[in-house]
Amino acid sequence: MAKTNNDLLNILEMLVETPGPSGSEHLIRSKIEEEIRDHVDEIYTDALGNLIARKGKKAENGKRVMVSAHVDEIGLMVTHVDENGFARFISIGGVSPFTCIGGRVLFMNGTQGVIGNERLEANEQPSLAKLFIDTGATSREDCKVGVGDVCGFERPFMNLGKRLVAKSMDDRAAVAVSIGALKAIRETSNEIYFVFSVQEEVGLRGAITAAYGVDPEVGIAVDVTRTGDTPKGVKMEVSLGKGPAIKVRDSSFIADPRVINWMVEEAKSQGLPYQMEVLEAGGTDGAAIQRTRAGVPAGCLSIPCRYIHSPSEMIDVDDLQNCVKLLTGMLEKPIEI
Amino acid sequence: MAKNYSPKLGKKELDLLTRLSNSLAVSGDEQEVREIVYEELQEFKDSMHTDAMGNVLVRREGNQPDCLKVMVAAHMDEVGMMLIKDEGDGLFEFVVIGGVDPRQLVGKPVIVGRKHVPGVIGAKAIHLTTKEEREQELKVKSLRIDVGLGGSKLVEIGDRATFATNLAVLGPSLRGKALDDRLGVFNLIQLLKNAPENIDLLAAFTVQEELGLRGAKTAAYYFNPDIGIAMDSTPANDMPHFDGEENPAHNTKLDGGPAIYLMDGATIGDRRLVKWLTETADAEKIPWQYRQPGRGGTDAGAIHKTRSGVPSVSVSVPQRYLHSAAGIVRIDDELNTLKLLHAALSRLDKSILNLQEIK
Repeated sequence: MAKTNNDLLNILEMLVETPGPSGSEHLIRSKIEEEIRDHVDEIYTDALGNLIARKGKKAENGKRVMVSAHVDEIGLMVTHVDENGFARFISIGGVSPFTCIGGRVLFMNGTQGVIGNERLEANEQPSLAKLFIDTGATSREDCKVGVGDVCGFERPFMNLGKRLVAKSMDDRAAVAVSIGALKAIRETSNEIYFVFSVQEEVGLRGAITAAYGVDPEVGIAVDVTRTGDTPKGVKMEVSLGKGPAIKVRDSSFIADPRVINWMVEEAKSQGLPYQMEVLEAGGTDGAAIQRTRAGVPAGCLSIPCRYIHSPSEMIDVDDLQNCVKLLTGMLEKPIEI
Repeated sequence: MAKNYSPKLGKKELDLLTRLSNSLAVSGDEQEVREIVYEELQEFKDSMHTDAMGNVLVRREGNQPDCLKVMVAAHMDEVGMMLIKDEGDGLFEFVVIGGVDPRQLVGKPVIVGRKHVPGVIGAKAIHLTTKEEREQELKVKSLRIDVGLGGSKLVEIGDRATFATNLAVLGPSLRGKALDDRLGVFNLIQLLKNAPENIDLLAAFTVQEELGLRGAKTAAYYFNPDIGIAMDSTPANDMPHFDGEENPAHNTKLDGGPAIYLMDGATIGDRRLVKWLTETADAEKIPWQYRQPGRGGTDAGAIHKTRSGVPSVSVSVPQRYLHSAAGIVRIDDELNTLKLLHAALSRLDKSILNLQEIK
């Protein structure tokens, strides 16, 4: 195990513990802005709330690059509070009822709660409609949340040594990688737009408008991807600890072969481990960037992650650091595409 | 500008709403409603055009050179049917266009094509059916539209069809078809005629909303607005529960006032705009309700993802029995929706886009 970059882990811990479900990214956005403001040449927030930070100015042999890591996480929104103070909800993004039951949530207004369920018949599959949030209220009147209030799952960051666990590794691990690269890059002929995108979990919405505004010549999404290395899990050739995953395809797009090659060549030149990723289902900001305006060559650098969209998402610390190194190297050098 | 705009449903307005509701404008063939919009908005003819998709786009500029550009969209199309095969003897096979529950179709009178040729979606008489047949759901593929005209050629393949329902006033309510979204079309016409002067009002009468917000996508690209608002209609599932328990999934309630969206399947409402609408309603003492966060989508879903992004929100008139032969809305909910939009637009300026307002 390489020497752990403590700055990176501290940033990751700060990121994963800040709540920010899709559409409620104001807290996480301001934390990221604070973290990177002194390291970039320009920083602004667009109409949908994407935080966009530019580093470098396009030189003759440089390219305008967009790097997108989404700041939002899955969560819940209250749809109804009943007379006894129980709050019904729907999901923001892909939330499984199985990982909800017994879970704890934290609302954007600071209210905490637990998730309970109606009595289920034998063999009955739970659905979100049968679950509710109990904030400790005794009536509708004294319930501190109402229709439209948003919460994320509440679990503390856990450092298991080689493995790290948190509720929102998807996609704060990638945000940490993006910030790591942003800080590490010294000289570059490229004009790099680090986009901290919103509303990815509800359909790549932030990346769609950010990519239109940035109008990049090449784009990279940084995101987490599934692994096939758990007992009786999905069959998939990605494992924790075997290096950054270079996406070939997922169900939202086929990565541009030139971008794949760019990643592979950089990993080889640095002697970094890497693995090729073919993901059956799932989508990333890469798909949104690719189809912007007249089209953009785009790919995705993935951090292998177990238990995605559960409150305990697990990554490998070496994978995390190697992703920073790979991304930094890719962006610093002239891009041949 | 009328400062205290208080919309009424007088004879003239009811007349317009009746024509709009009774029109046949199933997605992809919105011409009938487009003609009414043009007729009503003659005073704007120099700033009105129909785009390549068929959207009617009207620009009504404010009294300052750099007013906030506000796009307000209402869709002209309705769900319905399309004839796909002439089987002779006046019988036509058809498909549904947009979200129509096949169980709603059997036995309904319909009108077909621009000439509104009357017909019916028939089914075998009860005398001739078996118990088993009566327990089965009839599939669209097994149904036919019968225009009763033998071999005559008043209708043809590709013609749209809709339910033959005429708008009716039922005490405090309206009953009609296609109130989704002819109420929005009606409201947008009224907003233009009484437009506040502090904004550039970019009115989009959109097409093909029911097939995936298609018209709004190109309309928003054309207008390139600062903010977007969709005016639509949303289900009210507010009937009492059979066991007397509280209904946690009513979506909206009749008499609850305009329904303001926090989140649906296509859009997360911009928090600044949600707050602006609820604060306006409170200040003007207009009743309002949140539309429960849930599935579905409005033109806002297309508008907010346009170009570099457009903060957007939706407001709907609550309606029972949406997408059926006859929906029910309260006249007060409809007029309060129009009143809210007018009051809200009248107090709007560029400070709405201040990021600090997001909490």
